[in-house]
Amino acid sequence: MAEERGTHDHDHDHDHDHDLTFQPNIEDSEAGRYELMTYAIRELLMEKGHLTPDELRAAQEKVESLQHSDGAKVIAKAWTDVDFKNRLLDDGNAALAEVGVDAGAAKMTVVENTDDVQNVVVCTLCSCYPRAVLGMPPDWYRSKSYRSRVVIEPRQVLSEFGTNVPDDMTVRVHDSLADLRYLVIPRRPEGTDGWSEDQLAAIVTRDTMVGVANPTAS
Amino acid sequence: MSGNFAPGDTVQVISTHPPGHRRTPYYIRGKTGEIERVCGDFANPEELAYGFDGLPKKTLYRVRFKQTHVWSDYAGPESDTVDVDIYEHWLLPA
Repeated sequence: MAEERGTHDHDHDHDHDHDLTFQPNIEDSEAGRYELMTYAIRELLMEKGHLTPDELRAAQEKVESLQHSDGAKVIAKAWTDVDFKNRLLDDGNAALAEVGVDAGAAKMTVVENTDDVQNVVVCTLCSCYPRAVLGMPPDWYRSKSYRSRVVIEPRQVLSEFGTNVPDDMTVRVHDSLADLRYLVIPRRPEGTDGWSEDQLAAIVTRDTMVGVANPTAS
Repeated sequence: MSGNFAPGDTVQVISTHPPGHRRTPYYIRGKTGEIERVCGDFANPEELAYGFDGLPKKTLYRVRFKQTHVWSDYAGPESDTVDVDIYEHWLLPA
């Protein structure tokens, strides 16, 4: 017969195992208020016929299939076609549409890293992120630590990412709060003359387009 | 009341703390910066959040602030900035 757990009174210096520990299932944690509201709204939408389970699944699948490689292609094109780059800086949504990327309702604001400026993007209020070109944001982008610190001590945070910005360069933080989404055009590294767009796209990583890292030729 | 500011104008963010879904972060309230660009007119997200239509649309600006002004103990060079998107109803001429 099982002993009633947690009620017995004894020292814990003995050496037998108590409970085995299991890795928790994510479903096991108690649903928070907003999670419950989300479930309720989802069920109502389905009950009333506004949304089918398959439509919901397909929408999720689409969002999660967006890849930063789309952004990388755009950057590679900007590096090799200065007119395209200028159009991108001037009107991000229109220039992205030229290459078949639908940036949606948000206004894509494209900023360029130069020899004098390192741009870095954050959303201090939530986690606004240019999903149309970069896919889902990494966990660190959504963390409270990144969101609060990168705006207060950007150089320190960048150095923790391995990016040291010399004092004679400007660090420009962009706080993306509601209707703007930012894409950083990294500096094209030396040693890439004559590279094809595909070769260039391969070195443009997600983090270089958020501005916390810089691409290298190797 | 739209499009009152132009690039280069100096503006001050209103220092107020109303309840609700506000898109102007606390750290920038009361600070003075320069209009970097006019981003266009958007339905007001502070109204959209509660199911209203967000109309009339509000002009959105990108305002550039010197980090050394925003944070009194900022550790980087004078030239560092933070660019924040701010709706017109949060801005005053300065």
